[in-house]
Amino acid sequence: MALLEIHDLHVRVENREIIRGLHLNVNAGEVHAIMGPNGSGKSTLSHVIAGKPGYEITGGQVLFRGENLLRMEPNERAAKGVFLAFQYPVDIPGVTTMNFLRAALNAQRKARDQREFSTPEFLKRVREVAGSLKIPHDMIKRGVNVGFSGGEKKRNEILQMALLEPSLCILDEIDSGLDIDALRIVASGINALRSPARAMILITHYRRLLDHIVPDIVHVMSKGRVRKSGGKELALELEACGYAQFEDAA
Amino acid sequence: MKQVLAKADAERATDDIFAEARGRLPGAGPVPQIRARAFDVYKRAGLPHRGMEDWKYTDLRALIGEVLPLAPQPDAQALARAKVSAKQVAADQAVKLVLVDGMFAPELSDLGRLETEVVVRSLREVLETPAAVAMAGLLLSTTSDSAISLNAAMATDGLVITVADGNAVKRPIQIVHVATGLSVSTYTRSYLQLGKGAHAAILESFVPAEGASGYQANDAIIALVGEEARLSHIRVAAAASDAVNISSAIMAVGARAKLDLFTMTCSGSISRYQGFITLAGEGTKLSANGVNLVRDELHADTKIVVDHAVPHCNSREKFRAVIDDCGRSVFQGRILVRPAARKTDATLTTRALLLSDQAEADNKPELEILADDVACRHGATSGALDDALVFYLRARGLSEKDARILLIKAFIGEPIEEITSQNLRDFVTAQAEHWLQARR
Repeated sequence: MALLEIHDLHVRVENREIIRGLHLNVNAGEVHAIMGPNGSGKSTLSHVIAGKPGYEITGGQVLFRGENLLRMEPNERAAKGVFLAFQYPVDIPGVTTMNFLRAALNAQRKARDQREFSTPEFLKRVREVAGSLKIPHDMIKRGVNVGFSGGEKKRNEILQMALLEPSLCILDEIDSGLDIDALRIVASGINALRSPARAMILITHYRRLLDHIVPDIVHVMSKGRVRKSGGKELALELEACGYAQFEDAA
Repeated sequence: MKQVLAKADAERATDDIFAEARGRLPGAGPVPQIRARAFDVYKRAGLPHRGMEDWKYTDLRALIGEVLPLAPQPDAQALARAKVSAKQVAADQAVKLVLVDGMFAPELSDLGRLETEVVVRSLREVLETPAAVAMAGLLLSTTSDSAISLNAAMATDGLVITVADGNAVKRPIQIVHVATGLSVSTYTRSYLQLGKGAHAAILESFVPAEGASGYQANDAIIALVGEEARLSHIRVAAAASDAVNISSAIMAVGARAKLDLFTMTCSGSISRYQGFITLAGEGTKLSANGVNLVRDELHADTKIVVDHAVPHCNSREKFRAVIDDCGRSVFQGRILVRPAARKTDATLTTRALLLSDQAEADNKPELEILADDVACRHGATSGALDDALVFYLRARGLSEKDARILLIKAFIGEPIEEITSQNLRDFVTAQAEHWLQARR
């Protein structure tokens, strides 16, 4: 059984069909890249997997370890191991990153009938991970993403991912708004989390990210479907020829 | 016609109430006369109504109609019920002083734990001493508000707290107001005097005893904060959901003193807090903050008037309201900068969070600047919880309820953070948390 199985998914937003019969299988240990032009439905797909309200599923299935993901609340999905790194992480004034991380981690552990982390255990883990992502301690004590630069926000997403230890990570344009140094830090944070038990889906416009995080499988998405899948060399081909050829096939 | 009759009936009833209560109201010497005058002032204006600008959002004449009879002196059973409530609301390490149905209850209070730096007497005791001539002024006030006049006429008791020059009271003093009655009114009036350089923290809690219902509580606190003194005044009002709570604070702050105010209303059919703060000495700092938590069909009105009377004073106000169901929150913040008060630095922000379509928030910041060379700012916003934030938290594992609670806590956190004492901050946070957890 694949970790994530998407079968003939159809999704509408405000009466417009955005995803039109999408199929995708992701196994544990694999890193998939989904590339495609603006409006191809990449972000919609990531939102639907995470459970964002406002999308109408008109057909198909999304199974996570064989369970119907679409019937679960977003927090249930998170506790099962689904993690979405947001393209635009929100600011939450008044909630420190530290309190937010603790609330999230303990909520997930509680949902899985695991004991909650003690404060020293938690702090130790946060310090370790933050250190490896070069996130200064005072940033964690501030409001979530308040006053953070684009790069800091993305690093904060990876910090959460590292602490929550999900089995499926969906990274929605994690490379957008990052300069080359920030991209290196974020990519090495993501690479450190690659493991045989964990799958990743990288959503991106640009091949540049895939130089830093080398995917096992590349999919080209256009007009709400996967048009072509292949190895990492497909990304190079895309860069040479663009997306137009796949749109024609639609 | 019907309305005129109704009003006349209500007035007659009020006359009776004062006439009946008179014999029970403490005060020697000129006190009875002062009370009668205060009652006349009240009677001329009547219950506050929407025709009075200060009360335009809280029309007591329409909302409560009449003043209920004075509560009887609490009996042993009432005191026993009050004791339970007072214990439940007791703040960690604070020294408790309990007022039950408008009467000081020494047997429920921690008089033995009072520090020697502070002197506490009951208002009743003070007004009944032969020296009452000097003390009669305690019933006078500089404001013309009719609820305060009614309070002066009817006050049955209260606390007179004095901290002499240079004294610092370490433990907070918690005044617990407990109502035990059914359809009665209570009146308390307390005085707080801090000498030069004195320090104190006063926490006031308003709670019902189990079974208390439909009562009207009218409290006033008058504070004189001496030069270079520091006073924290924290107030948490949680009246019964069919009760009325009106609290007035009249405070004058001396030069280079610091006053930290915090008020939170979390229950009560009709609640009104009105603070009149005069910055009377140069170089004073005021931090005045608050939160209204309103649900069901409850109504919470907070009004704070900051009077910058002299130059070089600084005032900061942060107010937040969270309104659910058909609740209504009112915030009126007025900053008056008198002609002499140059170099005034004043800011006021008020924000309302509406959790339902029927919730109502009225925010009225007002600046009246009569001086040159001042820096004054105000801002008011209202809106709903941001769905994007709720989803972000849910995507990280928080349930929808917990996500909302976390965001509401963050919203009200800013004014609560201004409470300097960790103990009192934790106390207020716990009360807010209690309100949040009870949300459906």
